[in-house]
Amino acid sequence: MNRLVSRSTFLNAARCFSRTSEVSAKQTCLIETHKKHGGKLVEFAGYDMPTQYGDFSIKESIIHTRKHVSLFDVSHMLQTHITGKDRIAFIESLTTADVQGLQENSGTLSVFTNEKGGIKDDLIIMKTDKDFLFLVTNAGCIDKDLPYLQENAATWRSKGKDVNIETLDNRGLVAVQGPEMARVLQEGTDIDLTKLTFMKTTVGKVYGIDGCRVTRCGYTGEDGVEISVDPSKAADLVDRLLASQAGNVKLAGLGARDALRLEAGLCLYGSDIDENTTPIEAGLAFVVAKRRRETLDFPGAEKIVKQLKEKSWPKRRVGLLAPPGRCPRSHLPLIDPLDKCAIGFVTSGCPSPTLGKNIAIAYVDKSHAKEGTKFIVDFGAKQSPVEVVKMPFVPTHYYTGKK
Amino acid sequence: MSLLSRGVLPSLRSAVRFASSGRLYTKKHEWVVVENGVGTVGITDFATEQLGDVVFIELPDEGTEISKGDSTGAVESVKAASDIYAPISGTVTEKNVKLEEEAGLINKSPFEKGWLYKLKVKSEDELNKLLNEQQYEQFKKDEEAAH
Repeated sequence: MNRLVSRSTFLNAARCFSRTSEVSAKQTCLIETHKKHGGKLVEFAGYDMPTQYGDFSIKESIIHTRKHVSLFDVSHMLQTHITGKDRIAFIESLTTADVQGLQENSGTLSVFTNEKGGIKDDLIIMKTDKDFLFLVTNAGCIDKDLPYLQENAATWRSKGKDVNIETLDNRGLVAVQGPEMARVLQEGTDIDLTKLTFMKTTVGKVYGIDGCRVTRCGYTGEDGVEISVDPSKAADLVDRLLASQAGNVKLAGLGARDALRLEAGLCLYGSDIDENTTPIEAGLAFVVAKRRRETLDFPGAEKIVKQLKEKSWPKRRVGLLAPPGRCPRSHLPLIDPLDKCAIGFVTSGCPSPTLGKNIAIAYVDKSHAKEGTKFIVDFGAKQSPVEVVKMPFVPTHYYTGKK
Repeated sequence: MSLLSRGVLPSLRSAVRFASSGRLYTKKHEWVVVENGVGTVGITDFATEQLGDVVFIELPDEGTEISKGDSTGAVESVKAASDIYAPISGTVTEKNVKLEEEAGLINKSPFEKGWLYKLKVKSEDELNKLLNEQQYEQFKKDEEAAH
């Protein structure tokens, strides 16, 4: 996802979520649903997207998601099928994932890396039991990801390999997130949700709609699924989920989504990770699969694996806790209180409605990355102490099938 | 020529409206009302709507001397943080301590209970540089059209 908010004047705050008028932003298949429910639309990653709905505030929506269940339109994200018999080797050549080693109908979070070991984008790769891989990549990166995939696929084909990129244009993607998700969804599907554990995927009928791809994943830290649905049926699906009596279901917008992912310690592409941060620096070593650390056959592999083995990363992504008052926000510098040297900067931050505390994600020098380290965030006219803490800030509740 | 065609009537109307609220505005969405040399400063409903639910407000302390355009504090919501700029110069005489306990008051009542601080006005001349209600409404429209 692209950057949502930043420190700014009111006007810039408005601009960041720039109001949409006659501008030629694209619309997802759920645009009428957003309008019907009072969605406050802004342009995000080239799409008209709701930040919130009606008077239900971002704060209320976050608390609601943690207690009940929320629906998010994430149809702006790019859904792609990779087909052809060389599809696994192909996607592995561009990412850090062990797709070969994945069980059928399961998936993983991974990253496209560049030659410097930086992150081109983060993505979800699902290895289906059909003849394709299912990818979900960030809306804000469509313009670079898609040509990148297509050019590389063309190169592979020119060498006699069999791989094709097929985008699922306009297809709906609805994230259903929160502790009441399973109750609400189970009522309307014959998919056994007790067996669909975290990062597993399947296709089935959901609330009477055939051909829904249901994947147990999300970006809020809560138990949840993302449902890939035919665009002509997406609004219907949302209406039926909202009407469910099995839980308290509400629509939620990008405003809630951004704070929820931050509370869960998850990275926002473009803010917390980018072309200049490696997965190791980002604290995402787990996305670099074991086998791939040996084969070293993805872009930037040597740099990434060297950092991993020698613990030689110069900077590291950390979680910060700040006292009540001003909250550390993106781009603010972090300073060592003794020698007044800059030791890093904030990449995301917000007052956490769930914790009632100010939280932030930052990059700091290796020397200051340890839990419990204290330093200062510089607001300009004012400074405030911060402390490195463990992430996630709010405990995650992914459904692993174990109690 | 009639009064109407010369546009006197519309400007009269705006004068009436101006007098009714007495509020003047900045292009950064602060407002100020001056009575007997004391200005009350706040942010507009447009600003609070853009921010969403405000969770923290930093206010200038009593006695602080501020110059027009200074950053005199900040407003934070879950979504964003924003500086508050002084619409006019003066010396702070009072801050709205209620906001320190209940920041959300600014969303509920940006023009009344959610005022930020009062100041002894240094120069009433500065008021001429601010926008009246009609100009402010027009400014917002132009801004929206530009995006």
